[in-house]
Amino acid sequence: MTSQMAAGRSRAGALASGIPAETVLRVSGLRMNYGSTEVLKGVDLTARRGEVIALLGPNGAGKTTTIEILEGFRRRSAGEVDVLGSDPDHGDEEWRSRLGVVLQSWRDHGAWRVRDLLHHFGRFYAPYSKTDHVRPHDTGVLLDLVGLTEHANQKIRTLSGGQRRRLDVAIGIVGRPEVLFLDEPTAGFDPRARRDFHDLVFRLADEEDTTILLTTHDLDEAEKLADRILLLAGGRIVADGSPDQLSSLIASESEVAWTVGEQRHVHATDTPARHVAELYAQHGEDLTDLRVSRPSLEDVYMAMVQRYESGDAERAADEFTKEIR
Amino acid sequence: MNTSVGLGANAVRAGLSRGLIEFRGSMTNPQEVLLGYLMLPAMFLGMALFLGDNEAGGITSGMTIIFSGLVTMIAMLGMATTAQVIATEREDGTLLRCRAVPHGMIGYTVGKTVHILLMSVLAMSLLLVPALLFVDGVAVQGWTGALALVWVCLLGLATLASIGAIIGALISNPRLVVGLAMLPVMVLVGISGIFFPMAFLPGWLQTVAMVFPIYWIGEGLRAALFPAEALAAGEFGVAQLPLVAGVLALWTVLGFLVAQRVLRRMARRTSGSRVQAAREEAMKRAY
Repeated sequence: MTSQMAAGRSRAGALASGIPAETVLRVSGLRMNYGSTEVLKGVDLTARRGEVIALLGPNGAGKTTTIEILEGFRRRSAGEVDVLGSDPDHGDEEWRSRLGVVLQSWRDHGAWRVRDLLHHFGRFYAPYSKTDHVRPHDTGVLLDLVGLTEHANQKIRTLSGGQRRRLDVAIGIVGRPEVLFLDEPTAGFDPRARRDFHDLVFRLADEEDTTILLTTHDLDEAEKLADRILLLAGGRIVADGSPDQLSSLIASESEVAWTVGEQRHVHATDTPARHVAELYAQHGEDLTDLRVSRPSLEDVYMAMVQRYESGDAERAADEFTKEIR
Repeated sequence: MNTSVGLGANAVRAGLSRGLIEFRGSMTNPQEVLLGYLMLPAMFLGMALFLGDNEAGGITSGMTIIFSGLVTMIAMLGMATTAQVIATEREDGTLLRCRAVPHGMIGYTVGKTVHILLMSVLAMSLLLVPALLFVDGVAVQGWTGALALVWVCLLGLATLASIGAIIGALISNPRLVVGLAMLPVMVLVGISGIFFPMAFLPGWLQTVAMVFPIYWIGEGLRAALFPAEALAAGEFGVAQLPLVAGVLALWTVLGFLVAQRVLRRMARRTSGSRVQAAREEAMKRAY
């Protein structure tokens, strides 16, 4: 691959050159019905190479359904879906070798040892190895990467919930996927494991140019990890943008809190900078404990979900997409 | 360089090692060893050793008991075990995990076949080897008998395993599968002349029994284990080995064709949220 091509395709190259990276995932008008229930009512989304996208939404919003359709595990009712140039419904084994799927595990392969299972699943990717993209990951290196080296010879049924989840992640990336799907990857992680997982996601996106689509209920996590956040509610994407974009949209008012003497004050304003300047002009050195907080992603989320639940989803969605685009 | 044959062969090799690893795993699991390998052989051997002395027309009751034991084990291992394993591994996500890797279903199928085959060979040797040594009258009838013993067991296992796989794929609750697969096994073993001569049964029931493979497995194994002159004199008559081979082969082909379709459909319908739902369902039952 020439450096020029690489610049046009990868995320790092895209950042450097300003040319957008190649689109690897494109969904338009995706609909899914279960019997007479409409779960997805026209979902549109795209993802570029190396992008990390978080899919948020209340339980039952259709996050898992969306991911399973993209993984090729579920047939859609209608709409166009393109993942790495193929329709997931007709994706062949070569196509599958370029995907990573992190599954929720339960008690499968309980009698297997950690190293054996990881090595076993890695073997299936060996024929798809290329000189510039060696598959699969070396088992030892990967175990180290997810922090399971000391448990490598343990039977899987003896692992803790968090350790099992790390193994799930390792199995998901053993084939060095170009697109990785993660459905609630950090459920059951302690803060340390969560931090390690976040580092791993950054590493995959930055160094391997992996496109990552994950669902989560942890809004801080989404804010930290994602280049772009999609909010799914009522079977539609009702918000799509970077964490900053979303925060700036929902409520224009920031909260300014300060102390003068013993007295604590709070004021909501849409021009926090001017307000702070006025405060300083007025109180000078007496002004202490100054704090300006923008609306958090949680506020955005709650507001959007509330709008949806009050039956205003369509208008809300239109509003948002108009403002962002 | 990447021909599809080569890719399949890689998955087959991965499947072979999968089967060996799973077999090793079974061997180190005391509960599985006890229930899966030791219980039935020990039961039939015990009966044969204690009750095996009566003889009538060149056939000892020990021989009959060992013969019944072999057929029962083929039926149990082939049908009930396979059905249960398939249903369980679909529910717990094993199948889904295999489906998520390229050519993973080939690996899974080969692995499962190797695992169940090794397990069955071991379990049947645990019955047959001590029986040949210690139970009066039990012997293999020459080279033809030895050969027949091997191919009847293998063909029988293959046939019943594909039927078991169909049952396992069609029933969604693995706790029901054991019962639902055992029932037809028991009924078929009961009417196929394995434990008592079929002459006691009404004619139409004998015809029904002869449609199913267990009757033919019985025929084949009788020819392998019982002296021809004793068979000719008794109520069973001399087995027609070519006919046995033909019927079992037909059943195997049919079973494989149907099983393949049913398993494909099952695999297509497996997804993370279905595994998740099954898990929540199982948690509610609290065990």
